[in-house]
Amino acid sequence: MKTVAPEDELASVPSLLALNASRFSERPAYREKEFGIWQSWTWSQAADEVEAIALGLLILGVERGDHIAIVGRNRPSLYWSMVAAQMAGCVPVPLYQDAAAEEISYALENCGARYAIVGDQEQVDKISDVRENLPGLKHIVYVDAQGMRKYDHSDLTSLADLQANGISNGDKVELKLRTDALTYDDTCVMLYTSGTTGRPKGVVLSNRNVIETAKNTAGFDKLSEVEETLAYLPMAWVGDFIFSIGHAYWTGFCVNCPESAETMNADLREIGPTYFFAPPAVFESHLTHVMIRMEDASRTKLSMFKYFMAHAKKVGPKILDGETVGLLERWKYKLGEYLVYGPLKNRLGLSRVRVGYTAGEAIGPELFDFYRSLGINLKQLYGQTEATVFITQQPDGQVRSDTVGVPSPGVELKTTDAGEVLYRSPGTFVEYFNNPASTASTKDADGWVATGDAGFIDKASGHLRIIDRIKDVAKMSDGAMFAPKYVENKLKFFPNILEAVVFGAGRDRCCAFVNIDLTAVGNWAERNNIAYSSYQEISQHPRVLDIIQGHINEVNKTVAVDEMLAGCQIHRFVVLHKELDADDGEMTRTRKVRRAVVGEKFSDIVDALYDGRPSIYTETEVTYEDGRKGKIAATLQICDSTVLPVTTKRMAAE
Amino acid sequence: MNALAEPYTTEDGRKIGGVLMDMRNITLRFGGVEAIKNISFDIREGEIRAIIGPNGAGKSSMLNVISGFYKPQEGEVHFRGTRRPPMKPYQVARQGIARTFQNIALFEGMSVLDNIMTGRLNHMKAGLFKQAIWKGAAEREEVENRAHVERVIDFLEIQAIRKTPVGRLPYGLKKRVELARALAADPKLLLLDEPMAGMNVEEKEDMSRFILDVNDEFGTTIALIEHDMGVVMDLSDRVVVMDYGRKIGDGTPAEIICNQEVIDAYLGVAHD
Repeated sequence: MKTVAPEDELASVPSLLALNASRFSERPAYREKEFGIWQSWTWSQAADEVEAIALGLLILGVERGDHIAIVGRNRPSLYWSMVAAQMAGCVPVPLYQDAAAEEISYALENCGARYAIVGDQEQVDKISDVRENLPGLKHIVYVDAQGMRKYDHSDLTSLADLQANGISNGDKVELKLRTDALTYDDTCVMLYTSGTTGRPKGVVLSNRNVIETAKNTAGFDKLSEVEETLAYLPMAWVGDFIFSIGHAYWTGFCVNCPESAETMNADLREIGPTYFFAPPAVFESHLTHVMIRMEDASRTKLSMFKYFMAHAKKVGPKILDGETVGLLERWKYKLGEYLVYGPLKNRLGLSRVRVGYTAGEAIGPELFDFYRSLGINLKQLYGQTEATVFITQQPDGQVRSDTVGVPSPGVELKTTDAGEVLYRSPGTFVEYFNNPASTASTKDADGWVATGDAGFIDKASGHLRIIDRIKDVAKMSDGAMFAPKYVENKLKFFPNILEAVVFGAGRDRCCAFVNIDLTAVGNWAERNNIAYSSYQEISQHPRVLDIIQGHINEVNKTVAVDEMLAGCQIHRFVVLHKELDADDGEMTRTRKVRRAVVGEKFSDIVDALYDGRPSIYTETEVTYEDGRKGKIAATLQICDSTVLPVTTKRMAAE
Repeated sequence: MNALAEPYTTEDGRKIGGVLMDMRNITLRFGGVEAIKNISFDIREGEIRAIIGPNGAGKSSMLNVISGFYKPQEGEVHFRGTRRPPMKPYQVARQGIARTFQNIALFEGMSVLDNIMTGRLNHMKAGLFKQAIWKGAAEREEVENRAHVERVIDFLEIQAIRKTPVGRLPYGLKKRVELARALAADPKLLLLDEPMAGMNVEEKEDMSRFILDVNDEFGTTIALIEHDMGVVMDLSDRVVVMDYGRKIGDGTPAEIICNQEVIDAYLGVAHD
């Protein structure tokens, strides 16, 4: 372990930057693919860039405590801007770059942002659209100058100009004064919650929260300056802040930024990260791609893939966990590694992953096991913005798909009588910005925070197991337990199903909405010579409905085995005519389904599911990417699925 | 010819300079068919100039005259102040005129990057021998040209398809790649033959933005043929209207909309 400098010297992210600039001055700190090449910056170069931005901000007139919004895709210059804001005594507020104008407007207004540093013209336009409602916003700084030449630059500056001005005219003395004045309890960053229910809230995290958490968890996984990560998740998400700033600054590793969102997979392959984080959806889409491509592969390759994947499933996770496996089995696995697993991991860009995490949503066990069987050390962690991410995580060698691990270092955990999980840690947030009522209802006087999740701590292993959101766990009308996520996750493991929403709370049976995955289904349609002109048309194709029905029947079979949840079998389902989308408010920006919104918006379809109609005509309002609204109409087929009889054991016990 | 011969600045702050290309009394015949009948107009430096007209009006022929593919039987072409003798298209390209085609003309089997690199051909000086030796001059040149091409790729936001063979791309993207190839040549004058034909609304919006950005960012003069009136009126500084090989209108979009002859040509005239 490195020697830790006294607390007062490393009391802020800028002080960590200064430390890295001296101890790792020649090591890469940032890389970004631009103009087809990975451009890189060492820690000392990065420190200079950050300082230039901070000096430029001082010239703009930023005051201590000002909020500076940061909006854009992951780029080194935006990460520097966040740290520069801290140096100048301000609070960076990263926002989701794909948020609609009114969402951005809400956040800017809520935090009273006086400045915004944004990625490109698109973001400038978005803020300009709502600027009249934001009298507090004084100045916008943009990174990419394309298309910006004609704009009125009276309160608009390019980041390059800002930096140049900062270097030649900035007040270094004032900047040093402000940077040195930062304490462990000053605000480090403010992040907005995704808002699964209601309006997003600004979560205030202090330097203590961020640095203590980074210190503890970097030790947990023995992260060091040699790690490589790919920063591709939204900058507004707390995880990205911890991985790309918290961990990166604490340990001094290199953060790589992809060229664009579309090139992410290619960039991932080129970088080959050692420390990798992705929500289940990313792993899922990778697996879907692999499966689709394997279906197109030659017969020899396909049978080799099947044979060795079956073997991997049997012994891969055991080998990864260091359990005893027979010599012959090991040799066969080695051969598989050479022929199948190695090339496959290389294809996915995961060859070098030493520590991989998934979180944000429960991950299907089959999906989880697929990656672990390949020898990728994929682990689960459980956390939330209010905890500076980490609540629990899985230690190496104790990884299971149905639990989320042991409390992270420094975290205390307990559950209430109602089953809700509570935690207390050095990462526990300071407060919700300007919202003492919400702060008080979430965090009690002793610092315990309610997660809103139902779960229990496994007695034998000490691992936490999460059941569902506590408000989603409900009873069906016959008193049986209803845990929608459990069933939805099973459904989502099928490559053809992108998203599923199960209804059943307070009702006599369960019904479901299904979103098909157009990549998988489209590929299938192509190979089967099925022509279609739109998402809507393919979603209602009789053969597609047959396939989905097959999937649902299979899920029903596995659900029926579980005594507690056998009542959650799906009786009827409908394949939706549109993808659930964050732009329409049906999902959060982190792609979590807003169950209540979906149920309400499509209430006509839900009614049809329960009243036995064979089809329903419906009209739905959709929001296009540029904010305009339109309507789509469709007649949806409602299908029945096979439900297995529930064993009467439960009844007998009652 | 045009009353506004002096340089001026447009409402949105772009500088329009003097005459870059001057077409004087052009007549083009194919045997007995007169495709272009005694047409004169000019293109000024920095402007977006549209050529519109119904099908068969002679617009593409006009573009082919500018690019040197067709040689007019009568009339003179003046480029940057001097009269241009009859030239081969490659000589015209060397003068700084690049174009895209109505029916995409890309190398389908080559990657997007390689296609765009061909746009730099006129900037590569190393001969066959040096290219064969590769190390040294040829390599340096390739690196320089690649850097230039990468800036164009970044500009048109096609990084994700850099290595994709063109044949696998959808139509809208092919059009963009073709624009990229023309841009890679660093043209003074860019000729676009129906850059938005067959595109959906979103693709049209993207393409319009790129055309404006190219004009704005690089100061490239653009002459384009387009059918979508909305696009033409929004994009262009001045419009030439052709019908049956004749010029029936020339002026700002606002003037063209009010021109009775143009309205008749587009909407038809009642014959009584």
